[in-house]
This record gives sequence, structure tokens and C-alpha cells, in this order.
Amino acid sequence: MTTTAPPSTGSTTAEPARPPHTSDRVRAERRLGWMLAGPAFAVMLLVTAYPIAQAVYDSLFSYRLTDPGNRSFVGLNNYWVVLTDALWWQSFGVTAFITVVTVAVELVLGFALALVMLKALKGLRPILRAAILLPYAIITVVSAFAWQFAFDLTSGFVNSWFAWVPGISADTDWFGQTGTSLLVICLAEIWKTTPFISLLLLAGLAQVPDVLQEAAQVDGATWWQRMRKVTIPNMKAAIMVALLFRTLDAFRVFDSVFIMTAGANGTETVSFLAYRQTIARLEIGLGSAVSVLLFLSVVLIAFGFIKGFKVDLSQARGEK
Amino acid sequence: MSTRERTWWIVAGIGIILYALFPIAWIVSLSFKASSDISNGQFLPTVFTWENYSLILTGDASDLFLPALVNSFGICLIATALSCLLAMFAAYAIARLDFPGKKIILSTALAVAIFPVISIVTPLFNLWRQIGLYDTWPGLIIPYLSLTLPISIWTMSAFFREIPWEMEQAAQVDGATTWQAFRKVIVPLAAPGVFTTAIIAFFLAWNDFVYGISLTSTGAARPVPAALGLFSGASQFEDPTGAIAAAAVVVTIPVIVLVLFFQRRIVAGLTNGAVKG
Repeated sequence: MTTTAPPSTGSTTAEPARPPHTSDRVRAERRLGWMLAGPAFAVMLLVTAYPIAQAVYDSLFSYRLTDPGNRSFVGLNNYWVVLTDALWWQSFGVTAFITVVTVAVELVLGFALALVMLKALKGLRPILRAAILLPYAIITVVSAFAWQFAFDLTSGFVNSWFAWVPGISADTDWFGQTGTSLLVICLAEIWKTTPFISLLLLAGLAQVPDVLQEAAQVDGATWWQRMRKVTIPNMKAAIMVALLFRTLDAFRVFDSVFIMTAGANGTETVSFLAYRQTIARLEIGLGSAVSVLLFLSVVLIAFGFIKGFKVDLSQARGEK
Repeated sequence: MSTRERTWWIVAGIGIILYALFPIAWIVSLSFKASSDISNGQFLPTVFTWENYSLILTGDASDLFLPALVNSFGICLIATALSCLLAMFAAYAIARLDFPGKKIILSTALAVAIFPVISIVTPLFNLWRQIGLYDTWPGLIIPYLSLTLPISIWTMSAFFREIPWEMEQAAQVDGATTWQAFRKVIVPLAAPGVFTTAIIAFFLAWNDFVYGISLTSTGAARPVPAALGLFSGASQFEDPTGAIAAAAVVVTIPVIVLVLFFQRRIVAGLTNGAVKG
């Protein structure tokens, strides 16, 4: 702890001329800061760091809840079992597929929606904002049911509406095969979370200075050129943040899969595999290993994004 | 703006509204279909009936649905209140005070927000069974904090940063005590941010499915999404489609009411927290 007070560098305290600190004051402020923020910090650690540590520990044991007497230390064997099992790689592939497809479509669609909302007439804007918030706010389970029932053989309308499309007939069983099941899962996910991306992109769009746009326009740039050379580079940070959050979110996909196929027809995702091992099969050891691997995947993705794409979160947050 | 451009934007706007509302309209329509009508392959019911709603609200399925509704409301409200309270103190400190570790708190919140829920559920499932929190309200409220607390801290500190804190000092110069200045000046300025955060946190808790199905086993604590996901019909011989659709509509109503009333604030909160922080 320093005794000489450093000059107040906190960009967050908006006091132009602060009286010079005394060391007592600095110390009191630090103590108060931690007293106020500490409980929230402690709770966050308690509800996540502790369980994940427990999961790492449990993953080193052969441990079935139905047979607790035979709990034994097996080291990294559970990881070996998981990583050499085709099931893990299949669910990993399915998860990666859903993530890539949904995020790619959502980015394009979300950008289009954001552009429309930005340009929409004043009177229409609040209505659009409310409409686009609805999918985001609706429970994933409800959205999954809506999409499932729409494509379902007995309760659905999709087959009768789209019977004119080649390949769709009255008895197309969408949930009968892997490909079509994944298609519907992706559609539901895209519908549900595109609004989130488009709201973030809209905020990014709003931060692009109008002056730049006008200057480009005066110089004779076309709409497409302005988009590519002015708008997108200026909102790169917002795009990266939206991509990062959505990718991590998509990689955890669970609810839609549970409702629509319950993992049948090779649609099991990594989250679902972890759920099935632990909660349904009570294989605590094996399930914990899957959970830890899922956690590591998410951390790797986040790390890759932040390093590889140079996502500067503080810049994205509009800090200087 | 030319008339042609104007028409184009209106068409695009209507496209967005259709996009957002279509699946909702379908599940509403389905909820009004009689059981004989469910497989008619049409979008709209041929006969309009309330039977699905009476089934879940007063009929055979009500003892599954109503307790779940009570659980969802209770658990989500308590989790929201707790996380708002904790986040309010933290956000005040982050926005107002100079102390080392500010960045660590914000990064931790970010890390918790990207945490895969299923990785937390596995160890909690085992621990909760050992200490008796399995299938209880606190057994869900505590893990729900992992959903609600990070976003509460981020959005609230974003809001709090925009409060002109000099006003507090100006009030003190005018003779108010510290407490008076805080209560009369800062609290009213902070209230909208706190309220917005509460709505967003509530949405997140209301949306939970993984904790709900994994950490409960009976109607004692099972929230609506989990009850819906595991619902297999009032009797084994009946197809639950209509009842599920009706229940889905009922749980969507609070969400729609909140969105319609507070859409401007919710958008501000979401984008502030995520883009501006």
C-alpha cells in the first residue's frame, strides 16, 4: 500500500478538480470500495468458481450416484474415456455446426434488421423496437415448442403451406433425420437470438459519426462503398462483441435440443451430453469430465476471440 | 426522403414485425385449437375453444402448472431482488470510488456470464442432494444468481457512470448532509437504471431451463419452463400439444407486458451494459 497518494486516474469518477488525497482517505476509499463490491464478488465466485472446482475434483473419480460405495480415484481416466468416445466428437461436431451456422446467419440478418431500424421512420421505430425485443425476451423453451409444433407431422402447418417446395410433401418428417432436425433447431435459435445481435449492432451503428458518412457521400462514395469503408470499420468493436457473446451462447445450446429432439437422431450437443451423463445416468465422474471439457471449450473460444480478433472489450465499451 | 424510399422502409419494417411475431402467433393460435383440430394442418383453428386454458388453469393439468407458475414468480423475483441489491452496491463502488480490483470485478462478471450453466449444474446437483437444497427454492435462487448477477453489475455500473456525481456535492454545498444529498439527488437519478436492470435480470431468470430441470424433482420448486419441458399430458392417453401451447402463452404474457411498457429502457440497458459498460 502506497503512502503517497497517486493522482486520481479513475476515468469513472467524474470530478474535475478533486482535493489532493491524503493516504487515510485513499485507504478509506479502498476499504469502502471493497466493502460495497466485495459481497457481489464473493457471491459470483461462490456460485461458479466453487462448483467448477468441485467438478474438476469429481471428474478424477469413477463415481456413480447409484453405486456410491465403489467411488474410486481414477485420475484422468474419465477424460480419456470421453475423448476417445465417438459420442463426444459427434456431439462436439453438432455443437460446432449449430454455432457456426446460427452465428453466421444471425450476423447478416441482425445487421439487416439494425439497418432497417436505424433508418425506419420516427413513428415506426418504437413499434419495431418492441417487436424485435419479443423474440429475445420469450422463454427459449416456448420458442422451441412453437417451432417444433409448427414443423411437427401432426400439429404442424409447415408441410401443408410449403408442399409446393420441391422436397417437402405432406408427410415430411422434419424430426426424423439429423439434417432436417438440425435445420429446425437452427431456425428456432436464429429467430430467438437475432434480435440480441441486431440491438448491439444498432447501438454500434449509432456510434458511427455522421460527419464521416456525409464526407464520404460528398466525395461520391456509393452506399456499398460507404458501408464497407466507413460504417463497418467504425463499428468493428461492436460487431466483435456481438459475435463473441453470441458464439459463446450458441456453443452452450441446450434448451431447444432438449425440447425438439431430446438428442435423438444424432442431434445431441455437448451440453446435452453433460446433462445426460450426470442428471439422467447419475454418472457423476464421467459427467463432470464432460462438464469440465465443455467449460474449457468455452474458455478457449473466448480466449481465441479476444486474442485472435483483437476484441478490445474496454474499447467496445466506449472508454477512452 | 422520396416516396419510393419511404415505402421501402415501411415494407422492411412490416417484414421485421412479421418475423418477430409469426412463431408467437402460431403458438397462440395452437392454444385455441380443440384437440380434434390440432392435426388439421392449418395455421388457424376451425373452431375457437378455451378448453386448453381451462385444462391448465382449473382442470387436470392445473396441479402441475399452477405450482410451477408460483415457483417461477417467487424464485425469479427473489433472485432478481438479491442480485439487484448486491449489484447496486458493487456498481456504486465501481462508478464512484477509486479502488484497486475494479477491473477484476468487472472481468469476473464477464467470465461468469459466459460460463456454461451445465458445467455448474453437475457439481451442484450432487452437492444440493447432500446438503438438502435439492428441490427447494433456495436451491434454485442461489444458482440463479450466476445468471442475474453479472449482467446486473455490468448494466448498473454503465448506468451509474452516467450520473453526474457533482450534483451530490452541489447539494452538500447548499447545506444538505451526505445522507440527504445521496437520498434526494442520487437515488432518484439511479432508480431508472436499477429498475431497468431488474427487468433484464428477471428475464434471464424467467428463461432458465437447465437449472430448473436438473435441480428439482417435484412441484415443490420446479419452475414453469422445466415443468413445460417435462410435461407429458394430463393423462397418458392425451396429446399434450394444446395444453403446452396454452401454458406457453400464459408464461409469455408477463414478458410481453414488460416489453411493451419498458421497451425503451430495456434496449438502453442491454446495449449500455454490453457495448458501453
